[in-house]
Amino acid sequence: MATAIEAIEFPDLARQYRVSGVPKTVIDETIEMLGVQSEDVFVSHVLQISAEGPVA
Amino acid sequence: MDAPGSPRELEARLARLPNPVRLVFFTQTFGCDTCLSARQVVDQIASLSEQITVEEHNLVLDKEKVAKFGVDRAPAIAVVGEMDLGIRYYGVPSGYELASLVDAVLLAGTGELGLSDESLAAVAGLDRPVDIKVFVTPT
Repeated sequence: MATAIEAIEFPDLARQYRVSGVPKTVIDETIEMLGVQSEDVFVSHVLQISAEGPVA
Repeated sequence: MDAPGSPRELEARLARLPNPVRLVFFTQTFGCDTCLSARQVVDQIASLSEQITVEEHNLVLDKEKVAKFGVDRAPAIAVVGEMDLGIRYYGVPSGYELASLVDAVLLAGTGELGLSDESLAAVAGLDRPVDIKVFVTPT
């Protein structure tokens, strides 16, 4: 699932995911990226979470 | 040349949409100040191409659709082409995010992911679904 969330409309989610700026990306609830990332960096983070196995 | 994000520019981009795209909109009768605005944006995008259709469901009442599309808030928009690739938007897609939603519609309608061959090969090796959330603001 790829979800865009409007942070001002959902302040509870923004708090829960500690959004201090945008865009903020959260992958599988654990990996966080702040700011616009290059495609390479984005993909490497996605692969990183996959290597770590499913989130409990 | 029309300004990026202008209705004419968006319409021009959507003119090449080869396949149907559904904007599956979830609303809520009470406690959703922005649902009406979000629905208006969805209708605006749909008006730009005959390939785009809108269907509306109620987040509280339509439990089957809520489960099918995996949404838990309103307003929510699922962008669904031939396949459901899992693209969701929560909130009102205004300003720059309107262009982002149009990008999502083009992706769903063309199947063109816009990724490099290297990236596609890398993510093809994923052995399970990955959840990606991106927080945005309407600038």
